[in-house]
Amino acid sequence: MADTGRLHPYRVLLSSRLRSQTAYRRSFAMDVLGSVAIGALEFGEVFVIFTNIDVLGELDFAAAALLFALANICFSLADMIVGHADRLPTYLRQGTLDAFLLRPLPVLAQLITSDLSLRRLGRTAVAVVVLGVALPLNDISWGPDKVALLALAVVAGTAIFAALFVCAAAVQFWLVEGSEFSNSFTYGGSYASQYPASIFALPVRVLFTFVVPAAFVAYLPTLALLDLAGPPGLPAWLGWCSPVMAVVIWGVALTGWRAGLRHYTGAGS
Amino acid sequence: MSPVRLRIAVVTAHIAMGFRRWSTYRLATAAGAFTNTIFGLIKAYITIGAIGAAGGTLGGYDAVTGATYAWLAQALLAPVNVFGWQELALRIRTGDISIDLARPVDPQLAFMAADLGRAAYSFIPRGAPPLLVGALVTGLALPATPLPYLLAALSLLLAVMVSFSCLWLMNLTAFWLLDLRGVTTLYMVACTFLSGMVVPIHWFPEWLATAAAWTPFPSLIQTPIDVITARAEGTDALMLIGTQALWLSGLIIAGRLVFRTGAKRLVVQGG
Repeated sequence: MADTGRLHPYRVLLSSRLRSQTAYRRSFAMDVLGSVAIGALEFGEVFVIFTNIDVLGELDFAAAALLFALANICFSLADMIVGHADRLPTYLRQGTLDAFLLRPLPVLAQLITSDLSLRRLGRTAVAVVVLGVALPLNDISWGPDKVALLALAVVAGTAIFAALFVCAAAVQFWLVEGSEFSNSFTYGGSYASQYPASIFALPVRVLFTFVVPAAFVAYLPTLALLDLAGPPGLPAWLGWCSPVMAVVIWGVALTGWRAGLRHYTGAGS
Repeated sequence: MSPVRLRIAVVTAHIAMGFRRWSTYRLATAAGAFTNTIFGLIKAYITIGAIGAAGGTLGGYDAVTGATYAWLAQALLAPVNVFGWQELALRIRTGDISIDLARPVDPQLAFMAADLGRAAYSFIPRGAPPLLVGALVTGLALPATPLPYLLAALSLLLAVMVSFSCLWLMNLTAFWLLDLRGVTTLYMVACTFLSGMVVPIHWFPEWLATAAAWTPFPSLIQTPIDVITARAEGTDALMLIGTQALWLSGLIIAGRLVFRTGAKRLVVQGG
């Protein structure tokens, strides 16, 4: 098992991170509670909107809840695994990154395993509960294909958001002070992915489908799951293509990351 | 200098300091404005979509007034500081607060003045971009008479001070709690939702609207927007502003009492 040996340093890094987070139990519980509250807040918006209307962008409340759940599961998982990449500007300013560069391991892998914010599972939990309620409420003609589609959507959606976080981190090599720019694509993408892309005007729809592929995370898979026809320009079969989109955006992310790292000249420490 | 004039001089100096401090981070301001604008774009279309689904009006908003609400909320987000402030809590934790206590200036007054300076700085660079994009993309429905804007200036000033007073109280929990992240997140969630930042409070179901009305949070976003857009005019607007003023006085007094209690504790600890 040569792989076990190669992954060993990361496992040590991760397990130390996990132990340190749960060492202070009361703090950890408060953190998880906060994360649950964020998930509840996000769902609160959908809930309040649907207390006033029955259908939003061809989706009824059950379908909108399914869309919300998928988008939030994917985002919170990606946020847990790589969300801390947005701390890169701090590492750049303080010179912590230089320590990463000295170790004989890929910098991106070190950055990703430098933390694993377990508290973010609180938000995942809210989304999983919503999913558990929404799935039976929707009229889905279940078959092996739909099960596969659901699993594919979660994995590819998480990968898409994770890649967006890496893209955002890469941009920060150039914009240390302007790191909030990237929030538009990570958090903005997450926000856009919770709503049917059909409500956006065409340019915005294109932006959040093909530039920031938020619609591929949840909206298009939801259409495919429910056998609904998509809005003009977004046929429902695109819901099966989220893995393709994930591969494309990871390509962009890794290229950007390498360019960023090459641009980096050290903090002088 | 007479004590009153000295006090005014101190407050003005702190406002200027807050203004200058925040105007240093130009790129950060631009980045923030950009992100606020992108979120405004998403929010405006969600609002318009919901209003369209409701048949053209929802809670008294049509497509343009609804979009205006979304854009204004994004414009006010930074000046009013909806997402929070933790500097005081950090100073309490590190013990730096003892330096503030030793100064001949009231800390609550000094921090509030600095926050007013911050708000004054962020008002244009953070507020103008979302409003400009809003005017171009969805259109804005704003009143053409000067009176709503005059009242809005007062309402906005109160909103900034109410927000600061809430955050002051939230930060003071650092005298008793070691770990503030949970408290900060819960505050941020309650504040964003109940202020009308996420969806207008006029869309809330009855029970939730009542719950919001029992908190100071609607004074932060919903009230200034109702006044600016002249949804509330004349006596109604004055009533809303009066409510803001009442919350402000109550919160300031509570802030003083809690701060004094906490500071005593700090001295007992020898900090």
